[in-house]
Amino acid sequence: MKGEKKKKIVKTIKVDVDKCNGCRACEVVCSAFHATPKYSSNNAARSRIQVIHEPLKDIYVPVYAGEYAKAECAGRDKYTIDGKEYDECAFCRASCPSRDLFKEPDSGLPLKCDMCESDPPLSEPMCVQWCLADALTYEEKEEEVGEEEEKREELEIGLESLANKYGLQKIMDTVARMSMKG
Amino acid sequence: MRYAETGFDLEIDLFRGSIERVETDPRLTELHLGGLGTNAKILWDRVPPEIEPFSPDNLLIFSTGLLCGTPAPGCNRTIVSTFSPQTLLMAYSMMGGFWAPELKHAGYDKVIIRGKSPNLVYLWINNDKVEIRDASHLQGKGAIETAELITQELKEPKAQVAAIGLAGENRVYFASIEQGRSSASRGGIGAVMGDKGLKAIAVRGTKDVNIARPDEFMELCNEVLEYIQFREKNPIKGVPLILAGLGSPQEMSVNDEEWHTTNFAWGNARHRIKDYWNEETEKKWTESLENVRERFISCHNCPMKCGATINVPGLPTYMMKCYSKLTYTMASMTDLDFGFRIVQRATEYGVDAFSAPQVMAFALELYEAGILTDQDMPGMPSDTEGRFLWLLDIIVRREGIGDVLANGTHWAAQQIGKGAEVYAHNNIKKHEQLPLKLGMLNPIYFLMYCTGEKINITQIEGNFPQAPFARKEDREEFVKDWIQVPDEKFKQYFLDWDPRGERSIPYYPTIEATCEIVDWQEKMHYIDDATGMCAGLSSFPLKPPYHIHNLPTLISSATGIDIDEAGLSQAAKRNRTLIRAVNVRRGMRRKDEKPPEDHWKKRFPELEAKLLDEYYKFKGWNNQGIPTKESLHELALDYVSEDFLQRGILTDNEGTPSKGTSAEKEKK
Repeated sequence: MKGEKKKKIVKTIKVDVDKCNGCRACEVVCSAFHATPKYSSNNAARSRIQVIHEPLKDIYVPVYAGEYAKAECAGRDKYTIDGKEYDECAFCRASCPSRDLFKEPDSGLPLKCDMCESDPPLSEPMCVQWCLADALTYEEKEEEVGEEEEKREELEIGLESLANKYGLQKIMDTVARMSMKG
Repeated sequence: MRYAETGFDLEIDLFRGSIERVETDPRLTELHLGGLGTNAKILWDRVPPEIEPFSPDNLLIFSTGLLCGTPAPGCNRTIVSTFSPQTLLMAYSMMGGFWAPELKHAGYDKVIIRGKSPNLVYLWINNDKVEIRDASHLQGKGAIETAELITQELKEPKAQVAAIGLAGENRVYFASIEQGRSSASRGGIGAVMGDKGLKAIAVRGTKDVNIARPDEFMELCNEVLEYIQFREKNPIKGVPLILAGLGSPQEMSVNDEEWHTTNFAWGNARHRIKDYWNEETEKKWTESLENVRERFISCHNCPMKCGATINVPGLPTYMMKCYSKLTYTMASMTDLDFGFRIVQRATEYGVDAFSAPQVMAFALELYEAGILTDQDMPGMPSDTEGRFLWLLDIIVRREGIGDVLANGTHWAAQQIGKGAEVYAHNNIKKHEQLPLKLGMLNPIYFLMYCTGEKINITQIEGNFPQAPFARKEDREEFVKDWIQVPDEKFKQYFLDWDPRGERSIPYYPTIEATCEIVDWQEKMHYIDDATGMCAGLSSFPLKPPYHIHNLPTLISSATGIDIDEAGLSQAAKRNRTLIRAVNVRRGMRRKDEKPPEDHWKKRFPELEAKLLDEYYKFKGWNNQGIPTKESLHELALDYVSEDFLQRGILTDNEGTPSKGTSAEKEKK
């Protein structure tokens, strides 16, 4: 397999905020799908998609839960798009301390969208299936990736620049000390 | 564990400042389902007939429907019940939006409010934490403005707020309760909220709602979504565009308003303008709508887009739904641009969009007739638009003659006298109705108007076409996939129904068929009003996704309560009969069951009397419209007949007809 490029399926949900009608069906069905047993309960507060909405400002942004962030980010920028002012957070997927989105309401543990992974697989994630307004559409793309090679290169470039700055020996000592600490 | 419902109500006493969380009896869910049904039971048990609407002992109940908060598409209605200051009978009004599902997730099925607060307050329900908070800083604020201020001060952008505006605070008899894009408007329930000193209820909930048999339930929900898409692609042929689809009439997207503008009456429900609609008007109206409409919007978990965000240049943004688009325009006899402008102010004030415009048009008629004079109307502008805005302001503030008009056309006419009574001509049971003036008596609508407990036609009609189709082929086409009928005979009634000739109104559908059609349509509304399902996906449009054949499965798979078509029909009948009993105990009788006086030009007193006689019998009521002992027993409502016997409303000897004769004279 060496030298051959890997292929992987990239799952994408395209979000068209102009089509969102703010019904929050995506939140309802997401939380129902992820209940145990499946569909036995629902609770939009547990949903891994949240419609960030300010109806009187005509702001509706469905956002998916992404990575957990330990700390708030430094900036809280504002974006003006088509005359409407959005908080940067309106587009952010992080489960982060600055807001109560994407956290289990009981435990506070972070939530993350898994594209409704299940066996047998669904044709589309449930939020997409229930979005009859077509604000959410699903796309699968096959992409060629050489992930590991790229990563090695990146690491090498980083180490090289550190070595240039501190000298190779100092880097090796530091790595040795760090590995002793575990 | 309770499924679909939480099993808990919140009991709030605003005088004592007490808050209790009370477990409810699951047996009542089996009998009444929930929503309107259990509201009626509470009002029967706890508010005796001598209690005035503005008494501290009157209750104001905010209820979720049984299935609100479950994933059932379109199930999001909040059912608000109390006693109306205008009709003095039970008032129930409903709103869509997001409030009811939020309350379910907070852990409650209902909020039951009694007593009066000495100062203006609002209620903040955040899961288990419930507070009565000072609202003096919100006094006089608009309903939408209030919701914004509350979510800001609580720092809870996800809280849902139901609030009154100045009209509710000033106990205007047609004040509404507003909730963002929705409102509970009919019957003056906002005035009762204001009387209690309650400005708003804010809710945030993050708890689970449970489903008893999830697989079965979700399969049905998915079928419903599929059928909605099928109906989107297949609008009903042969009916006006506005009636061809699902949802509430699609006022925010349909530009062809020929049907409303030429069939409904303008002014104080007076004039039909049969040639109003033309190409030029359509172009102008299309522009007016498209200039202000920012986005189509929905209620909680519903794919229909019945509402819209409206942005009139120079005015705050608001959200509109359905028919308020036309009521102000047509009552003022102006244009759609003005309609969009005045609705913004009316929404902040919180007034009913059926009653308010009609009261204003009524006032201007009285002025033109010299019954109200310049002395009554000091400072009234000379142009129509200015006059409507001026009237709205003085009514909501209860200033001068506005204080009289704020009681609605019936009571205002009584107070003004000098022949004003004949100008209050479009009421049923003292309540303003849709402005419709038609030719030939329609037996189906006659019964619905006379006997509907909601006292509002839009909450009774629906699943049977409003008018016959001219061509036989079109009728056959229509009945082909009419799966929603409870019985095949309804197809035949429709097939045989002609626009004119022997088989046309008023004598066809026959009295018997008319009773069955009315009963079917009404039953579907009573089911929806108990489950919290929006009528727009169920009892209101033709060929809806929810119907009598799939609703029993939806309810039983969600709740775990075994219920079939017969059982569901029986529960709906029980609720319907109990509400009638509540009103009968407050004095409602056959003499009150009349359509607006000049609703139809051609009237048939004998036929009308017979229709009422037969319908009462069909419903298990005596000839005064009072449920009989036997029918109450059959519905497990023996406690009602005991009360009726004690009060002399029913007598032990059922063979003796109670007071009043069946052939009461109709006013010509």
